[in-house]
Amino acid sequence: MSTPTPTEGSRTSRDGRSVTVEVKVPHVPLPPEDLDTDEMILNMGPQHPSTHGVLRLEVTTDGEIVNQVRPFIGYLHRCFEKHSEKVGYPGVVPYTDRMDYLAAMNNNHGYVVTVEKLLEMEVPERAEHIRVIVAELNRIASHLVAFGTYALDIGAVTPFLYAFRERERILDIFEMACGARLTYNYYRIGGVSGDLTPEMIGMIGEFLDYFEPKLKEYDNLLSYNKIFIERTAGVGVIPLDMALGYGITGPMLRACGMAWDLRKNDPYSIYDRFDFDLPLGEGLKGEKGDCYDRYMVRMREMAQSCRIVRQAVEQLPEGDYILPKLPKMIRPPKGAEVYVRTETPRGEMGFYIVSDGTANPWRVKVRSPCFTNLAIVPAISHGVMLADLVAIIGSIDIVLGEVDR
Amino acid sequence: MTPVEIRDRVEGALPGAVLRLETEAIDPWLLVEPARIREVCRLLRDDPDLAFGSLMCLSGVDWPKENKLQVVYHLHSIERGHRIVLKADMPRDEPRVPSVESVWKFANWHEREAYDLLGIVFEGHPDLRRILLPFDWEGHPLRKDYVYPDTYRGITNKP
Amino acid sequence: MAEYTFFGGMHPNLVYALAMVFWGVVILGFVAVLGLYLIWLERKVSARIQSRYGPIYVGGKFGWLQTVADTVKLLGKEDLVPRDADRLMFNMAPAIVMIATVMTFAAIPFGPNLIIADLNIGIFYLLAVSSLGVVGIIMGGWASNNKWSLYGAMRAASQIVSYEIPVALSLIGVVMFVGSLSMAEISQFQDGGIWRWNLFRSPFLFLAGFVYFVAALAELNRTPFDLPEAESELVSGFHTEYSGMKFAFFFLAEFANMFIVAAVATAMFLGGWSGIVPHDVLPIPGVVNFLVKCWLLIVLMMWLRWTLPRLRVDQLMYVCWKVLIPVSFFLLLGVGVQMLL
Repeated sequence: MSTPTPTEGSRTSRDGRSVTVEVKVPHVPLPPEDLDTDEMILNMGPQHPSTHGVLRLEVTTDGEIVNQVRPFIGYLHRCFEKHSEKVGYPGVVPYTDRMDYLAAMNNNHGYVVTVEKLLEMEVPERAEHIRVIVAELNRIASHLVAFGTYALDIGAVTPFLYAFRERERILDIFEMACGARLTYNYYRIGGVSGDLTPEMIGMIGEFLDYFEPKLKEYDNLLSYNKIFIERTAGVGVIPLDMALGYGITGPMLRACGMAWDLRKNDPYSIYDRFDFDLPLGEGLKGEKGDCYDRYMVRMREMAQSCRIVRQAVEQLPEGDYILPKLPKMIRPPKGAEVYVRTETPRGEMGFYIVSDGTANPWRVKVRSPCFTNLAIVPAISHGVMLADLVAIIGSIDIVLGEVDR
Repeated sequence: MTPVEIRDRVEGALPGAVLRLETEAIDPWLLVEPARIREVCRLLRDDPDLAFGSLMCLSGVDWPKENKLQVVYHLHSIERGHRIVLKADMPRDEPRVPSVESVWKFANWHEREAYDLLGIVFEGHPDLRRILLPFDWEGHPLRKDYVYPDTYRGITNKP
Repeated sequence: MAEYTFFGGMHPNLVYALAMVFWGVVILGFVAVLGLYLIWLERKVSARIQSRYGPIYVGGKFGWLQTVADTVKLLGKEDLVPRDADRLMFNMAPAIVMIATVMTFAAIPFGPNLIIADLNIGIFYLLAVSSLGVVGIIMGGWASNNKWSLYGAMRAASQIVSYEIPVALSLIGVVMFVGSLSMAEISQFQDGGIWRWNLFRSPFLFLAGFVYFVAALAELNRTPFDLPEAESELVSGFHTEYSGMKFAFFFLAEFANMFIVAAVATAMFLGGWSGIVPHDVLPIPGVVNFLVKCWLLIVLMMWLRWTLPRLRVDQLMYVCWKVLIPVSFFLLLGVGVQMLL
């Protein structure tokens, strides 16, 4: 395919810095047997208030009923994997922040755990505890965004503001720890970049005491609201075998009834020392594996994360927050490669790192949970209404930064 | 099951498909003949003792010095708890491998990504087109010999 | 008749014409001030529910002048008409919606002698004229040449037309009970204290009041029935493509309609200008009673908007056709039976 040359409609701006081009975009044709003259092809385009980022959904509708959905992604592709081959192992950490920017700590965690496995490096105890505390707090923050934006999609505006009010307190803690509110770059290969002071530990305790009753308030406001249940129960049901075939992980898989959480089933870091439950979807209001179950799993997981943070804070030992003697240059042995997976708020994030013995990784592949989860949307969107499609996309809780990397 | 047992089981059912087993790596891997990868995967999924119901990750890796493109499959069994890695090597100028989309639907988008970024053609894939890059992009960026273009649709990155 | 002159020499018809123009201007002024006030109130109520402050900078501690500032801003915006839009209908749509709304103000009984046009078909006129608004909405959605606006307009049309029926049926119960269509007579009927209000005079009318309120919320396109302007799905529904003063008209019409609904509910069910205790016990002016009751209903509508999620289209239609209409028929029957006994 050759690059299409600009047509006669192209013109350069007056200051010469921008070019406007008119290009005919070829329409990707539908298979002929699906073509029906009554259908309308609608673009829930890249800019849309409820597609959670720059996602384009080409929706073929028959009135209000959706016949087919084709997601088009790549609008936020920032060449993470190509960059990571140039910046060296420690330099990749800020890039991982920007993938799933709502759960940046968990992304960092996944990456540094992978590199440490490659190097067979042991991390100090205090650093491990700090990592768990921070990762679980970020899980709460991420689920709060999922909760707030999902409510917004369904039409209730108020829970969004409540969720962000709680999130502000978590972000204040993070700002004290590492200076940033969204993309933290907190983890280092061998530990974390800064210690948690007693003041911060106090703030964490206060936040947990403040937050746990709020979950009941959100339940009263939204979870048992008849209209919300009508909108989400029975919508977008994913059968368990379909979920496993598509590689669905995270809260979506637990909503289908499967008790699978990498923190319990394939523990990394020190998660095997903490006691917490796995909320599962039970199909209380609709069917098992519907949007309501996915929503409730995330709500209940916030309470479980609070438990983990409390235990980690209690057990926090004194010590180093990073390995005292770090190697000058991070250079895993030639030919070493490893795949490590961690549980982010959206599912299983895996890093496959291939090393060639130099200071730059040879290949870093990210198995992104949202990328995988989003692939199921065309399969479960036959015959739903347009409003249901919004509910389904919201319940998958996608972050386009992670889908596109 | 250990990697050796897995290799033996696959050898027993599909002789000649597994070219090599490497147990010294952190994740032991099997090198599989590219043309038979789909049968091997189907066996791994359907055999009740192997029960590899999940494909964890599908990546493409470029090795220009050895003149090969490699597809790496990380498999995992939820029931049995074992993991294995499959690798398939192809010549760089003819990178064709059967698609495993019919075995695990997971592979659908990940194979599209490998095609998009590395140019590996997956035969039998229902909808092999670019996923992350625009439909009319030239080249496969993740290859080691990729040259960054100067212009795209008339937009240039030179001042 | 022709000898009688006003102001030393003016023909009566001329004076009537001038009076109509005068009252028209008064209504427009009232609608404008009402719009300003209600938009400010909405922002404050929503802010307090969402645990934030709302406007607090413009015009003192409570942000009184915020809406004035917003109006000035909207007046200064560029008036965009999409290139492929149908210009005539695009420009007419907000006008039609506004006209339909403003016309209804003529028959609202604000107080014992404060009704601009005391028609003997008062409530019938109100219902008929306020139904014209849907024409403007459909025109706006179609003329925008935008699939999303079209979706919003179609949803709005089906919703408003369907919910007209429970609105009318629940009001017919009141008309039967009172025996007159005239707004002034209905309000007069309920004068004298809370026990004379229609809402408490009959259990059927009590339920009819709730049916009216819910159905009227759907008429207004307010949450939980705000699918036509569902922000998260359709960007902005039928008024996506409107900017500047045209958008302001749609917006203003929505708030003025809120007042109309509250006013009709007050006049028909909550006693109109009647106070909680009879006038001789506590002489509060009728217009104050009326406006306070309207205000409470409006705050209730805002409260519902910011608490509840929205219903899907088919659920909305289900509520109308399978719940509200049978219930309102039954209530009508009940009122009739009660009157016979």
